[in-house]
Amino acid sequence: MGRYIAKRLALLIVIIFFVSVAAFFLVHLLPGNPAVTILGPNSTSQNVAIVNRELGLNLPLWHQYFIWIGHVFQGNLGQSFTTHQTTTSIISESFPIDIELIVFSQLIAFALAFPMAMHASRRPNRLFDQASNSTTFAFLALPPFVIAPVLVLIFAVHWHVFPGPASYVPLTQNFWSNIHTMLLPSIVLALGSIVVYFRLLRNDLISTLQEDFITMARSKGLSDRRIMWRHALRPSSISLLASAGVTIGGLIAGTFVVELLLQMPGLGFQLINSVNQDDYTVVQGITLVVAVAIVLINFFFDFIFTIVDPRIARE
Amino acid sequence: MSSVSVTQPTGEAFSDIEVELVAEAAADPTKKRLGVFFWICVGWIALVVILAVFANLLPLPNPDIGNYSWPQNAGPSWGHLLGTDDLYRDILSRLIYGARVSLIVGFGGAFIGLILGGIPAMFSAYRRGRVDTILNTGSYVLLAFPALIALIAIVSFWGHALWKITLIIGVFGAPLIFRIVRASTLSYATRDFVLAAKALGASDSRILAREILPNIMPTVISFGLIAVATIIVLEGTLAFLGLSVSPPTPSWGNMLYEGSQLLTGAKGQTNPWLVIFPAGAMFLLLISLNVVGDKLRTYFDVTELKL
Repeated sequence: MGRYIAKRLALLIVIIFFVSVAAFFLVHLLPGNPAVTILGPNSTSQNVAIVNRELGLNLPLWHQYFIWIGHVFQGNLGQSFTTHQTTTSIISESFPIDIELIVFSQLIAFALAFPMAMHASRRPNRLFDQASNSTTFAFLALPPFVIAPVLVLIFAVHWHVFPGPASYVPLTQNFWSNIHTMLLPSIVLALGSIVVYFRLLRNDLISTLQEDFITMARSKGLSDRRIMWRHALRPSSISLLASAGVTIGGLIAGTFVVELLLQMPGLGFQLINSVNQDDYTVVQGITLVVAVAIVLINFFFDFIFTIVDPRIARE
Repeated sequence: MSSVSVTQPTGEAFSDIEVELVAEAAADPTKKRLGVFFWICVGWIALVVILAVFANLLPLPNPDIGNYSWPQNAGPSWGHLLGTDDLYRDILSRLIYGARVSLIVGFGGAFIGLILGGIPAMFSAYRRGRVDTILNTGSYVLLAFPALIALIAIVSFWGHALWKITLIIGVFGAPLIFRIVRASTLSYATRDFVLAAKALGASDSRILAREILPNIMPTVISFGLIAVATIIVLEGTLAFLGLSVSPPTPSWGNMLYEGSQLLTGAKGQTNPWLVIFPAGAMFLLLISLNVVGDKLRTYFDVTELKL
């Protein structure tokens, strides 16, 4: 167990190192001169040289990387060229929105996937099972950029059930209107997770319900409900848990789409804005933070997985 | 197609999990059918491909130039079957030309991924050793890197040309295809018929091409189709974020973005059709690719053969 965790930790450090190198070199190896971008139309060869020296852009690349990563470890991700806000403050303002979206969407996904899977697995291949199987299969073909505009069209524009774009209210300002604005994007994001959770839980429940200990529980006269909740559910949720890390990591694309569509100032919204303004330090900073966050989430769920099911570590 | 399943080696002992799967067995296990729905989905994919390939030959108005004798944001009518967008352009024409972007990136990206990931995977899994260990760890490291973030960063600095997007997506898809191909090659590498070929003096390349490749082909094709769907989603997301092919070139993703910009009437106009049609086309294409890939996978899957 200890050796397994040590191995995973070593891999984690290697991955984070590669992520940081990639985030750094993406900006420096690709065409374009940051100094020219900063100076804009005022760039002359003299002031470009001055800015290059100030930013350390004349140093060898490996040297620049170590300066940059040194700053990163001190929590300094540089400054936006356009708004002069520090990248760290941009990220700390927008990150909570993404976290809230992800938490809500996962709550919705669990709230729907668990009862559906529990009901479907009781009678495999019967009407409810088949209906929920094909419904969730259709969700696979409804990525956020397809379903979000359609739901906004129906629920925000036609029926006015949910607020439309640019109506985001921070959680600290008004709790209920915040929840109200968060609901539609969270539903959009939940669809993709429901498919994964429903299918994994349903399949695992079906095989668990065939096990001898369930037959034993049945012959003792326990009710179906009790068997499901007390005996079947826990051993069947392991692969669901294992997939949660990857599923949550995959939500990032969706959060970007709904943030852009609904004009919510989350990380994706900030990233796309900075990309459009060639604000390379912010792009670099957000890329690094999001990539590391996803890697850490994956690692975290992997880790939980080994605790719940120690057989994994022994392999 | 049935001849392929006949050549599949069977007779493996059923493990516990597979025995449990018997509980789910369909009514008649000996007859595997693809079903009508499968062929409808194949039909839709074929239709989209044919329309996209022969778009130039079809009697369609230019997708990039508006028809100013027609109202903008018009609904469906005989003059413009699916209506017009905010720049007076024909939506049907833009949908058909836009399909080219999705299909080129989807199939092109999957093909690049197969070449870069699949071929090394076969050699790696067959020969094992240190190279295999390194490539295997490498694929884990690359998979851990969130593809969309990398794509956004690369595309924003490198440019939005179609071939660049296809190439980048293919490169990022390679580690995933590497894992799938490696796993299925491993399951055949130690079989008796491979040993027999080796005993007859066949070279590694010959064994991989003649003995292993035909066996892993069904898995690769069915996962490949699902990979195509995944790539199309990735490109659509990029296009929606304004980072795929530049306007006025149509793609389903940027049409959806244009449509959703008009949804709220913030620009003084609304056009629900510009959301409904691209969303519907994308939904049908994605569900078709998923259904075909999924059905083929169960069709070819020997381990799921019910007792």
